[in-house]
Amino acid sequence: MTDTPILDVQGLETHFFTKDGVAKAIDGVDFTVRKGEIMGLVGESGSGKSVTGFSILGLVDPPGKVVGGKVLFKGEDLLQASDKRMQNLRGDRISMIFQDPMMTLNPVLRVDTQMIETIQAHEKVDKQTAWQRSRDVLAQVGIPSPEERMRAYPHQFSGGMRQRVAIAIALLNKPDLIIADEPTTALDVTIQGQILYETQKLCRETGTAMIWVTHDLAVVAGLADRISVMYAGRVVEQGDINDVLDNPVHPYTLGLLGSVPGHNTRGTRLYQVPGMAPSLFNLPKGCAFQPRCEFATADCQQDQTITEPVPGRAVRCCHPQLEVSS
Amino acid sequence: MSVFIIRRLMQALLVVWIMSLLVYVGVHIVGDPVDMLINPEADQAEIARVIRDLGLDKPLHEQYWYFLKNALQGDLGNSFIFNEPALKLVVQRIPATFELALAALGLAIVVGIPLGVYAGLKPDSKISQTIMASSILGFSLPTFWVGLMLIMFFSVMMGWLPSFGRGDTATIFGVEFSFLTWDGLQHLFLPALNLSLFKLSLVIRLARAGTREVVHQEYIKFARAKGLSQNRIIFVHLMKNIMIPVVTVLGLEFGGLIAFSVVTETVFSWPGMGKLIIDALHNLDRPLVVAYLMVIVVLFVFINLVVDVLYSILDPRVRLRDLKG
Amino acid sequence: MSETTNEEKVTLAPIETPFKRIWSDFCQSKVALAALIVLLIIIGIAIFAPWISPTNPYDLASVSILDGKLPPGSESLSGVTYVLGTDGAGRGLLSSIFYGLRISLGVGVMSALVALVFGAIMGLSAAYYGGRVDTIIMRIVDIQLSFPAILVALILLAALGKGVDKIIIALVIVQWAYYARTVRASALVERSKEYVEAATCLALSDRRILLRHLLPNCLPPLIVIGTVQTAHAISLEATLSFLGVGLPITEPSLGLLISNGFEYMMSGKYWISFFPGIALLITIVSINLVGDQLRDVLNPRLQK
Repeated sequence: MTDTPILDVQGLETHFFTKDGVAKAIDGVDFTVRKGEIMGLVGESGSGKSVTGFSILGLVDPPGKVVGGKVLFKGEDLLQASDKRMQNLRGDRISMIFQDPMMTLNPVLRVDTQMIETIQAHEKVDKQTAWQRSRDVLAQVGIPSPEERMRAYPHQFSGGMRQRVAIAIALLNKPDLIIADEPTTALDVTIQGQILYETQKLCRETGTAMIWVTHDLAVVAGLADRISVMYAGRVVEQGDINDVLDNPVHPYTLGLLGSVPGHNTRGTRLYQVPGMAPSLFNLPKGCAFQPRCEFATADCQQDQTITEPVPGRAVRCCHPQLEVSS
Repeated sequence: MSVFIIRRLMQALLVVWIMSLLVYVGVHIVGDPVDMLINPEADQAEIARVIRDLGLDKPLHEQYWYFLKNALQGDLGNSFIFNEPALKLVVQRIPATFELALAALGLAIVVGIPLGVYAGLKPDSKISQTIMASSILGFSLPTFWVGLMLIMFFSVMMGWLPSFGRGDTATIFGVEFSFLTWDGLQHLFLPALNLSLFKLSLVIRLARAGTREVVHQEYIKFARAKGLSQNRIIFVHLMKNIMIPVVTVLGLEFGGLIAFSVVTETVFSWPGMGKLIIDALHNLDRPLVVAYLMVIVVLFVFINLVVDVLYSILDPRVRLRDLKG
Repeated sequence: MSETTNEEKVTLAPIETPFKRIWSDFCQSKVALAALIVLLIIIGIAIFAPWISPTNPYDLASVSILDGKLPPGSESLSGVTYVLGTDGAGRGLLSSIFYGLRISLGVGVMSALVALVFGAIMGLSAAYYGGRVDTIIMRIVDIQLSFPAILVALILLAALGKGVDKIIIALVIVQWAYYARTVRASALVERSKEYVEAATCLALSDRRILLRHLLPNCLPPLIVIGTVQTAHAISLEATLSFLGVGLPITEPSLGLLISNGFEYMMSGKYWISFFPGIALLITIVSINLVGDQLRDVLNPRLQK
């Protein structure tokens, strides 16, 4: 049942070499994604979640560079793969959906052009076949009258429609894995809900695995199977979504969940994690969360290894909070 | 789309009419119209006759009306020197000038865009820096001097290429073209090269600036994420986006090329419109000057129109905006 | 710990005036610095031409046609060595170039300055008064700018005739539109800023607001355009003189010198056109290099 995971990220490190110093955007990211499952990658701004997605696909631009770790896609280490191999994989076996649909599609090319080229880049099919496949996928993502809309330009679509087109493009070649980088952040809440629901349905139907990167816990709660929480460039907690949300173990996750407004906290003061996220140029030694953690001790100055305090849960912490919190 | 074109056409006609007014009024305010239009060596009777014929003794707006009437029929007076209809003389030379200008434009695009895109994609390489440095030279060098140096080197010292005239021409649809004959091409090369230098630097800088801007856009990253080949990204996604500013500027500059051909045609004795007007200015052949100016104005307005239309074809966002607004 | 070092840094650093900062940024480019030095030398030559020329090419008594068409470095019958050779009439080329620089630079700079002042006034007025004034001025600017400079110059010179003052007028008319448009753009940006509203509320006179408040902030782009336009003006004047519609023979600029040498090129006497061209080239290139660097330095968007 638990065969090789589709994606196994081990100790990923990506650093940005600027003239102001080295920013360690990712400094130890470990997680796995199984076939057909939706993994939510959660973190605040600057936690490195977007960079993780780009690092997996080899799309980190200078001055950034992946400096360590392994990214095993179906057993193959992507970080060692040649440029040609990566180009073959991108858009075909691993697709990506970006955050801002306005900027993602080339404004001067028609939508059908941009879809057909994605198919033809990976498969020898004639234009007609490619066109038909594109049209079918557009219908699948819920775009009405796809034949007409395909001849249109990106700016003639609304924001929600544009993002559906982006999702359609991601699905065109039936990839094994889709990395979605905050795809609904720029959209209205109602559209967001629709897209979340439809995306989940599509992934279930096609058996595609997905990494959904977001800062919004609410989004992840209804959508994902498993969750990885990132802080200051590291994954600090990973596990089944319901387990983690009900019983968070890492102090940061505790704080994060505590600060989410809910029915039972109505009328009371919202909890706020004290302090600020550290600068990526100047990470504290050992655990990055330590300056803000109320459970910190001297042990926290050591590099934190990944432990499994509870079955199915991975944590980077020497004081995982195992008592059930409210 | 056609609404767009019609609207632009109306605007163009309006501008031509205004310019004709300006040119005509300008000629009349600045100098004695008698001198302007009549051969200074004519005798009294002749002068009196012409004054009456052209209605020069009548008030200005009537004269302008006369001028307009004649102009619309294609009559802009006779050249003093050649004693032929001025308009015909100017129009005869248009193909030569256009051929030169188009050749120069073609050279600038074909050489400039690849160089500019390269410099934009790899801005820190030695080649790119050389390209950029040379581009400064390109628009600093005075065209006429470069022309002289080209002649000096290629004709006088090396004897490889001819230094003046147009050479043999072949005729299509009754119009003569140089590039269709080998001899004609040889004659065309140096002046076209000379004329293109200024624009070449411009194109290189534009292409480079455009490339540097586009390369950082999200949609380029997305194209990479789709697994598209480097070639496809550069030649389709990148190019189409930088063509927009390049075409706009080039289109506007094409008029400049035609105007600047005045210099190149003089240096290389290329029988185009430009040489005609310089000679006309020297010889005080006023009808010819007026004819040239009117033709140039019409040409310019027409070119601007074509550029506008091209721009809207290349950038679909403009098309729609214009239809709505 | 890092906080104290930052504080130390703040108290120790001297206050930099804008000029100092611009100067130090400018010097970052060795090329631009070299260009500036060359430019200053050229300006020096132009100003002091009568005193530093080896011969006086306009003193008809000292010019002899027997000395004509001598190649560079040759000695004339009278024992004078012509470093750059002589032209058809026997005038020393080096001296002619010095005098020519004087005229070319003089005409170019003068016309650029007048155009700048006039254009700036128009641009400021258009931006400040807005409404009809703005529309009229900008219409004229647009129409004029849609025609190439050389054409406008030709038309004007056809009407005006020859002469130094007429050339300058023509050059001014060709150039003012660029300045007007640039100044108007900057002024519009400034005008919408709050300090102008404040000044208006204080009921300062229009002129005061224009001169003391708007203008200083429009200076950076003006300076950049000014340098580039001066180079253009010099180039345009040379071109017009070459074509024979520019300066009269009595005021030989570099363009005229080059034109004089045209007829001798076929017989291989290249130097008569070559050296004045080089002088022109060096002048224009150095102005452009300086202007380029100024543009990068003064561009607010490139400031860190």
